Amino acid sequence: MSGVRVLVGTKKGAFVLSADGTRKDWKVNGPFFAGWEIYHVKGSPVDPNRIYASQTSGWFGQLIQRSDDGGATWAPVGNKFAYDGVPGTHQWYDGTPHPWEFKRVWHLEPSLTDAETVYAGIEDAALFKSTDGGTNWEELAGLRGHGTGPHWQPGAGGMCLHTILLDPANQERMYIAISAAGAFRTDDGGKNWKPINKGLVSNFMPDPTAEVGHCVHHVSMHPSRPEVLFMQKHWDVMRSDNAGDQWHEVSGNLPTDFGFAIDIHAHEPETLYVVPIKSDSEHFPLEGKLQVWRSRTGGNEWEPLTKGLPQENCFVNVLRDAMAVDSLDDCGVYFGTTGGQVYCSPDGGDSWQAIVHDLPAVLSVEVQTMK
Amino acid sequence: MTGNREQGIGNRAALVRVVLPQHLRTLAGVGIEVELEVGRPVTVRRVLDALEARYPMLGGTIREYGTGQRRAFLRFFACEEDWSHEGMDVELPAAVAEGREPLLIIGAIAGG
Repeated sequence: MSGVRVLVGTKKGAFVLSADGTRKDWKVNGPFFAGWEIYHVKGSPVDPNRIYASQTSGWFGQLIQRSDDGGATWAPVGNKFAYDGVPGTHQWYDGTPHPWEFKRVWHLEPSLTDAETVYAGIEDAALFKSTDGGTNWEELAGLRGHGTGPHWQPGAGGMCLHTILLDPANQERMYIAISAAGAFRTDDGGKNWKPINKGLVSNFMPDPTAEVGHCVHHVSMHPSRPEVLFMQKHWDVMRSDNAGDQWHEVSGNLPTDFGFAIDIHAHEPETLYVVPIKSDSEHFPLEGKLQVWRSRTGGNEWEPLTKGLPQENCFVNVLRDAMAVDSLDDCGVYFGTTGGQVYCSPDGGDSWQAIVHDLPAVLSVEVQTMK
Repeated sequence: MTGNREQGIGNRAALVRVVLPQHLRTLAGVGIEVELEVGRPVTVRRVLDALEARYPMLGGTIREYGTGQRRAFLRFFACEEDWSHEGMDVELPAAVAEGREPLLIIGAIAGG
């Protein structure tokens, strides 16, 4: 029987929400790791019972948890993230050099082909890899060692590597994004990296079209067409048709093109979803109306989706990793808010229902589809 | 066990009581207090070494990997005194080494 498992990371623990394919009646399990910040929870596409979670705390540091039974039970695995060699410096907020310091893991990306292999995107920005189920971690130092590294600067949320995209058609190719350095690509399995930020314009920078320094909030890729990327930048929704070599803006008629989350329909690679947020100084929806906007044309032409979403007095945010889709025949779309709601649309965005209303602030949402 | 007799009490491993903050108790799957065999002289470093050896999941949660320093929002107390800023290798009070008083690891009250 088909079904879905929604993995939710919050400011105070993780939750697992599950339902059958109708996505009407939900079972809520959790909190797991109660009281800890859970930045990200994601399952292996190879073995859906294998799930990794990033558990972090200002008091006790970073832990990685692993489940081998679909989230029923968990055990801590390796939490030693040591930069390769002498870490050197990046730029601090005021432009002065600042030593690289490990703070937390923002994103865990399990391999597409091996349940034991998982990548971790960390703050201060670096990419780590484990090939033994999260027990040991090794930095893919070519990224941080890129010549531009000393010029990277933290965004408001810290200098985090928050997006990792694995190309299903080319195991050597991978994309990552860093706030506020920009997007990067490797074509040799992580040894060498190149910035892929041409076409991005960031007016807060001294050189708005610089090679690095852009505050990329999230990047999404459809597995059937991995050379096409969609980006929610700090401001601007962007598209690339050549693996990030060149970007162009597709914000079109969006009421505001600031936002964090962006995702793509499971079966329609030209159908995108974003949640417009008023501005970088007011992190909530315009006019207190929570709206997902959908484009069925790969950008530029957008429509608001409001059925079932609060259209007054709503002042939550939707963070970069807090939107996901399932791959059931009727593609489900999910997102979580800083107000603790997790919404589900079982019909590609046409209508929405809250699975839960009152969780802690949601940091991340991922979905596993059980067929 | 003639070895212990020959070494005398001064060289025998101490049985030290350690009180952990709630989140670390949950993580390690223990109660409020754990009891550890610690080599003498009993210092914070030796207590933490023994604690992490018994409960590897606590590695990195009390002291930073790399520097080995106490995490900023944790404090060490013993015999109603703050030992957080003493060196890790300073000998703890006899009452701790003798198990009459615990070493307390406390999370700072922060965050509102």
